[in-house]
Amino acid sequence: MKPSAFAYRRASSLSDAVAALAANADAKIMAGGQTLGPMLNLRLAQPAEIVDITRIPELCATSETSDWVNLGALVTHAAIEDGLVPDPTRGFLARVAHGIAYRAVRTRGTVGGSLAHADPAADWLSCFTALGAQISISGPTDTRRVPLHGFMRGALDTDLAPGEILSAVHLPKFSANARFGYAKFCRKDGEFADAIGAALLDPDRAIYRLVASTTAGAPIVIEAGAAFAPEEIPARLDAAGSTGDSYERRLRAVILKRALAEAMGK
Amino acid sequence: MGAPGRPAGGASGQGIGASMPRKEDDRYMRGRGQYVGDIKVAGMLEVAFLRSPVAHARIKAIRIPDAIRAHVVIADDLEGVKAIRADTSLPGFKSSVQPALATGKVRYVGELIALCAAPTRAEAEDMAAEIEVDFEPLPAVVDMRAARRPESALVHEHWGDNLYLTTFVDVDFEAAKAKAAYSVTKELVTARQVMSPMEGRGVIAEWNSRKGQLVLTTSSQQPHIVRTGLAECLGLAEEQVRVVSPDVGGGFGYKGILLPEEVALGFATRKLGRPLRWLEDRRENLTANANCREHHYVLTAYADANGRLLALDCEATVDSGAYSAYPFSACLEAGQVGSILPGLYDFPHYRCKVYSVATNKPPILPYRGVARTGVCFALEVTLDALARKIGCEPNDLRFKSLVQPHQMPFDNIAKRHFDSGDYPKALRMAIEAVGHDAVRARQKQGEKDGRRIGIGYAMYAEQAGHGTSVYAAWGIPFVPGFEQSQARFTPDGGLELRIGAHSHGQGMETTLSQVAHEILGIPHDRIKLVHGDTGETPYSTGTWGSRSMIMSGGAVAAACDALAERVLKIGAALMQAKREDVRLENGFVVGPSGRMAVTDIARTWYRRPQDLPPDVDPGGLELTAGYKAKRDTGTFSYAAHAAVVAVDPDTGATEILDYVVVEDGGVLVNPMIVDGQVYGGCAQGIGTALYEEMGFDANGQPQASTLSDYMLPGPGEMPDVRILHLETPSPYTRWGQKGVGEGGAIAPPAAITNAINDALKDMGVELTMSPITPRRIVAAIDAASAAAPLGGKAA
Ligand SMILES: Cc1cc2nc3c(=O)[nH]c(=O)nc-3n(C[C@H](O)[C@H](O)[C@H](O)COP(=O)(O)OP(=O)(O)OC[C@H]3O[C@@H](n4cnc5c(N)ncnc54)[C@H](O)[C@@H]3O)c2cc1C
Repeated sequence: MKPSAFAYRRASSLSDAVAALAANADAKIMAGGQTLGPMLNLRLAQPAEIVDITRIPELCATSETSDWVNLGALVTHAAIEDGLVPDPTRGFLARVAHGIAYRAVRTRGTVGGSLAHADPAADWLSCFTALGAQISISGPTDTRRVPLHGFMRGALDTDLAPGEILSAVHLPKFSANARFGYAKFCRKDGEFADAIGAALLDPDRAIYRLVASTTAGAPIVIEAGAAFAPEEIPARLDAAGSTGDSYERRLRAVILKRALAEAMGK
Repeated sequence: MGAPGRPAGGASGQGIGASMPRKEDDRYMRGRGQYVGDIKVAGMLEVAFLRSPVAHARIKAIRIPDAIRAHVVIADDLEGVKAIRADTSLPGFKSSVQPALATGKVRYVGELIALCAAPTRAEAEDMAAEIEVDFEPLPAVVDMRAARRPESALVHEHWGDNLYLTTFVDVDFEAAKAKAAYSVTKELVTARQVMSPMEGRGVIAEWNSRKGQLVLTTSSQQPHIVRTGLAECLGLAEEQVRVVSPDVGGGFGYKGILLPEEVALGFATRKLGRPLRWLEDRRENLTANANCREHHYVLTAYADANGRLLALDCEATVDSGAYSAYPFSACLEAGQVGSILPGLYDFPHYRCKVYSVATNKPPILPYRGVARTGVCFALEVTLDALARKIGCEPNDLRFKSLVQPHQMPFDNIAKRHFDSGDYPKALRMAIEAVGHDAVRARQKQGEKDGRRIGIGYAMYAEQAGHGTSVYAAWGIPFVPGFEQSQARFTPDGGLELRIGAHSHGQGMETTLSQVAHEILGIPHDRIKLVHGDTGETPYSTGTWGSRSMIMSGGAVAAACDALAERVLKIGAALMQAKREDVRLENGFVVGPSGRMAVTDIARTWYRRPQDLPPDVDPGGLELTAGYKAKRDTGTFSYAAHAAVVAVDPDTGATEILDYVVVEDGGVLVNPMIVDGQVYGGCAQGIGTALYEEMGFDANGQPQASTLSDYMLPGPGEMPDVRILHLETPSPYTRWGQKGVGEGGAIAPPAAITNAINDALKDMGVELTMSPITPRRIVAAIDAASAAAPLGGKAA
């Protein structure tokens, strides 16, 4: 199938893009196009106008402060995989990136597009949530910075207001003793996950965070303590409203346990 | 050929038996192949079809806005067009006719309703979206077994039931029961699948008014058959139709089918007065077109007290979909189940009943391995279950029951004539290559990561190149007969070979060049294969049934032999030698007093006829010769596959740790290409085993419409398949070659399922479906532990 007709516009700056969205309620942003492209082709999305943001310099930029690494929304999965952008996790992010889709998709797919699209099976959603990421959202009047946790309201549903653009992802820096764990279950290489587990253990900062993807909505976040035992996982997931049938719920627990085991160095 | 001591590839190392790199790969690997999607014709419009959104309904009205009416074709417009009809002469067969565009009723989601033509595909899709159809919904027939019940809704009302055909064989079955010491009964299902060539179908139709000819450029593996079928449907004489098939990006059987799209475009190009192109997209391919493989079995296997196979008793049902597809009919799968089921085994008692059922799903089409993949799965998985019942290694049962080499040639219980081979040897080689004992030892130790290791085997025979005697009995729209090739020297000494079969990835430009080189000694860069155009090639039923190396290979050899004779006669005369004193060697006619290049003989024939001897054959250096195998019941290549898997009981994930294929394809013309065929086939077999499934809901809606829902194995899922060969020549073919195109796809579902069941046998788990998904494994483990008494050992 081919898309229905749309107008195309390439935005030159963030304010230009925001203005374009304000001017046309039926306009849609295109970043890497790896999700939007198929949606257009299947005619699941039929916007009147596409606003291409890929040439906006400030959305491609990365920077660092003493406490944060800032990634512009257009940073691609491949750039993270290849270590071309600052990584506060000593290579953990590169490994997660490597497990996303296929190289061709990673070359174009962006962190901003991934988070904004809010597919429950997306890797960055669970991974960045576990890391305690924040995001910047730019609208016609200002840019607000909010925690990623809470941004996703449900499957394909976020806190983004019409006309807003997710402009950056902010990742905290961790102590030298921080440990990361990530497990993804999918039936074949390059597929979206059936279950994702992510774990961040940073004892120096008293962070023991476990995140599990769900199939229907935002990831489940478990703030565990130092004494947390892996056996508690199924009950904690159920208490947090783990959805799905018995297979999905059990798989979620198994995969989260594996992520935790990795973080614990087991 | 294939004689002991003969160097691979003959004297030059480039003939029969050489693993030559494929000639065609130069253009394929550089992206310079030319497919239908690469071809544009001046004035061409792009076509999109409006397809039925419902599985079963009467069409009450079709409303087309006036503004687009002139660009749209529906059934009412199809003046003089006949529906596609693919009957068989098997007794009791009920005929279905498949209209090019839905007429009165729709019978599956995706059936064509209207053809829309516009300058771009997107605009054509816009048009299709503007057409409104009023449907009167009818209950959808979705489950093939429910479809057999008397109260079922009917796909074709006038039939009175939903059965295309019921077949039955009984060889002294009742007598088996008294002799049986062991038996198991298994219910097995294989999912509906979709053939997924990289290139989908694509068609360009244009009317050439100078030639008075419809030229249909189509991605086909059987261009001549398409031409015959198309001419019949369109009411044209065959000489008014030319079918051109350019590079074809994979076929697997799907590209052999005459599609309603081809008929619709063939008609509409004249009505609209413009060349038309339709390129199938993946959604059309998945949801509406390339369906295959859905089988159900209830199979009982009996063994005698010595643990030898005694009898099989089978009831099989095949979901053949809404229409009988041209040319192979709705019964190619079901009609073969009974004759394939006995496998490679020798046993005395047999009964098999097979139902070929109509449902409101796309027609089932022949897919690489046709019927054998499901049948091999049913038989080999049941044999392992029988072995577990007997308490022996499954291969003990196999060894006791296999046809032995001294019995060859062997007529089996279903009257198949196995031409040659050593089946036990293939199995022994597989056992050794896979390291059976080491796997069993590892299994005893257990895995640190909690996974379970299993080993499984499967064997099959692949009948190939079977011809007239087999197909005449079927009475489908075509019966393969003799195969021809035309061979022609050009004035500068090049060789053109013309065949009516068509490569869709098999490397025939290379292998047939090897055959010609073997006989004529012409260098490969001067041999050109011309195929894929009915206007330029001899008639052929095409490339299917792993027949091309047998039939086209035989025909090319016959043509080259005849041409060699003419060259030798001319050469002898020019060198003033006797015919019996000259021979062909490396492209030269060699005589007692010197030699003369074939190139010079060609130049003399065409450009210096004054030098030719007076009694020269006026037929010259161009001829057509034909071939038929000494016996046309087919060659039987065969293989033993061995799989080692690790199953994770917590997630249900299966990893293939090792995979071994021991294949006997007779004399291999190009072993590297054969390995490629086996490897590619295995990938598809692994897809069948673990991934591929086209589900339908209760309303007949397909459940996958993109490749993210219809899961194909990718490179990451492919084990490093290790391929070993036996080379038992077929006594019936020119070089002793056998057809080997399909085998790789036949055994993996059975071998992998047997390995998974071996891994999980201590848990009381036995899976009998394909694909075996993680979810199904976990569900089976749950069911087994629920069935087992608490703390007790599963039976
Ligand atoms: C075959 C395939 C496999 C995949 N597998 C995985 C996988 O395993 N794991 C995974 O996580 N992902 C996977 N993906 C998704 C991919 O990784 C991309 O992240 C995803 O396509 C979105 O990024 P994009 O830049 O392509 O966004 P686009 O496709 O351009 O946009 C997606 C949506 O987000 C909106 N949008 C984009 N950028 C912004 C922004 N800055 N602000 C606000 N809205 C925005 C767009 O309007 C659109 O609605 C897969 C994709 C494909 C095609």
